[in-house]
Amino acid sequence: MTEQRRNDKKLEPWRDPRAEPYIRFENVTKRFGDFTAVNNVSLKIYRGEIFCLLGGSGCGKSTLLRMMAGFESVSGGNIFLDGQDMADIPPYERPVNMMFQSYALFPHMTVEKNVAFGLEQEKLSQSEIASRVSDMLEIVQLGQFAARKPHQLSGGQRQRVALARSLVKRPKLLLLDEPLGALDKKLREHTQFELINIQEQLGVTFIVVTHDQEEAMTLASRIGVMNRGEIVQVGTPTEIYEFPTSKFVADFIGSVNMFEGVLIEDLPDHVRIQSNELGGVVYVDHGISAAPGAVVWAAIRPEKINILRTPPPDVRENCVRGVVKEIAYMGDVSTYLVKIDTDKIVRVTLPNIERLSDDERILWDETVYLTWHSSSPIVISQ
Amino acid sequence: MKSRRWFQKSALLLGFAFLYIPIIMMIVYSFNNSRLVTVWDAANSPTLAWYGKLFQNDQIMDAAWVSIQIAAMSATAAVILGTLAGLVLARFGPFRGRSLLSGMSTAPLVMPEVITGLSMLLLFVALEQLFEHWFGWSFGRGMITITIAHITFTMAYVTVVVQSRLASFDDSMEEAAMDLGAKPAKVFMKITVPLILPAILSGWLLAFTLSWDDVVIAQFNAGPGSNTLPMVIFSKVRLGVSPEVNALATIMVLIVGAGVVLSALYMRRAEKRRKREEQMAVANG
Repeated sequence: MTEQRRNDKKLEPWRDPRAEPYIRFENVTKRFGDFTAVNNVSLKIYRGEIFCLLGGSGCGKSTLLRMMAGFESVSGGNIFLDGQDMADIPPYERPVNMMFQSYALFPHMTVEKNVAFGLEQEKLSQSEIASRVSDMLEIVQLGQFAARKPHQLSGGQRQRVALARSLVKRPKLLLLDEPLGALDKKLREHTQFELINIQEQLGVTFIVVTHDQEEAMTLASRIGVMNRGEIVQVGTPTEIYEFPTSKFVADFIGSVNMFEGVLIEDLPDHVRIQSNELGGVVYVDHGISAAPGAVVWAAIRPEKINILRTPPPDVRENCVRGVVKEIAYMGDVSTYLVKIDTDKIVRVTLPNIERLSDDERILWDETVYLTWHSSSPIVISQ
Repeated sequence: MKSRRWFQKSALLLGFAFLYIPIIMMIVYSFNNSRLVTVWDAANSPTLAWYGKLFQNDQIMDAAWVSIQIAAMSATAAVILGTLAGLVLARFGPFRGRSLLSGMSTAPLVMPEVITGLSMLLLFVALEQLFEHWFGWSFGRGMITITIAHITFTMAYVTVVVQSRLASFDDSMEEAAMDLGAKPAKVFMKITVPLILPAILSGWLLAFTLSWDDVVIAQFNAGPGSNTLPMVIFSKVRLGVSPEVNALATIMVLIVGAGVVLSALYMRRAEKRRKREEQMAVANG
């Protein structure tokens, strides 16, 4: 749904070399004593984006966000917002607002007062504050809760108060630290789309920090994957998932089967990889840039592998025999762990399209044949 | 099973007896008509005679007034200084001298009062001489010196209370306020102070109580005309316990007891209401 919408709008400024980035991180580094939390990060983020910083805990994503907000000083490099260097601007003068992971609502103030707090710092007239607060509370559908204190609200309502409070000042940029982390699964899915709608309605640029890849995939216009203080890959959700450039990204986003092998044939329109781990040859229908003889990895997503009960005729490549060892039924899909002849376990996910009777179903210890389309493997050289 | 319950009950009873029999005896004896504290005059008791005498005793009334002033002043000053110290320790991260400050500001908690009292006395004597020398005038010892001496040790308690309260909040609320455009001073007044207000209040009460019943440090730093209530009681007791003191002590116990019970009731009701509201919020999701 979100993908469709973005294609309609052609909102992909990062593909336009003339587009002026709204936020620029230039060689930003943050050290805490001997520990380097953020290492030489350079990033360009464009107006109207929802940019997700995705990574495990301690990867530096929150530190990067806090440097943008001004809570942490920068050890090296520069941050620009709308052409302005942020270095000497204290947090209370930055045109940036942040939504905290813990929401950080003021417990001694009502919802209304919480939302009004930021506007009161701007010396606006009482009537203007009141109307902007009530407009904002309408947007997040909390009008009837204006007089409540934060502890009188449910988790989802608190999250919306936090969002309203950080948006009411009409910031140039909104920073969201794990915005949905504290909500349960159903509410989280619902809120994701709400966030996107509000973002579109107000046209604010979002930077979202999350460790949840599903959240990043749903929200983001682009994702920056971080590991050990560095950005390892930046791209749209599709690019990150379908074309990871490193083993780390392939492994971190979704699950993947990785086969180490040697490049035996490298032509512009296809490559062949001899993999001892697979016990066969992987044929890929697109070229890559690596020298023949190089050690590479063929990564294949579990949902891109098919299971057959009889060997396909006349196929010697992109096919391997194995025995089903585990089956996990998850309703919409089933995951099979198949032990192939080289003793490697391969994960396969199949959608449960039809209701199968017991003798039609693939069972434990059954010998099966795994195949995949030649466009499915991703060749990774690092 | 039955014997265990019996054991628990008697242990509880003994515990209460150990803690409160002395106070109950004192209260009972405050209604005793005898001049001798330890002899119960069954014929004429109970009587309120000692309470009447107490309120006519100018020495005790004056001393009580002095004590109240000193306690209120030192508690107020201790709250201001202790809150700042607690804030620095809880919020300013690691800085040079932090552990020294942490140790030094809480050291008066374990410092023997005699030492605190004596060292303050030495300081004040030296200062008096300096003032005499430079200005030809000196402040003299009295309420001011006792108040200052009390601030030095009550401040430590406030620091600990405020610091632990601040530690129970992460600083994201203060960061959020700053993020919304409030300057640090405003963040402190609008966010931090309301958050730690319970700690400030209980710190003030604690400091007040500590100052109110201190006798050692006051003794060292008192001057003419600045006898605090504990000092007066102490000197009276040395001459032989008067039943008047029992009456005075009973009044103090009642005031303190009423304060404790009322605040406990208030806290419990507030907690209950809060729990109920939270449950309703979750239920109405």
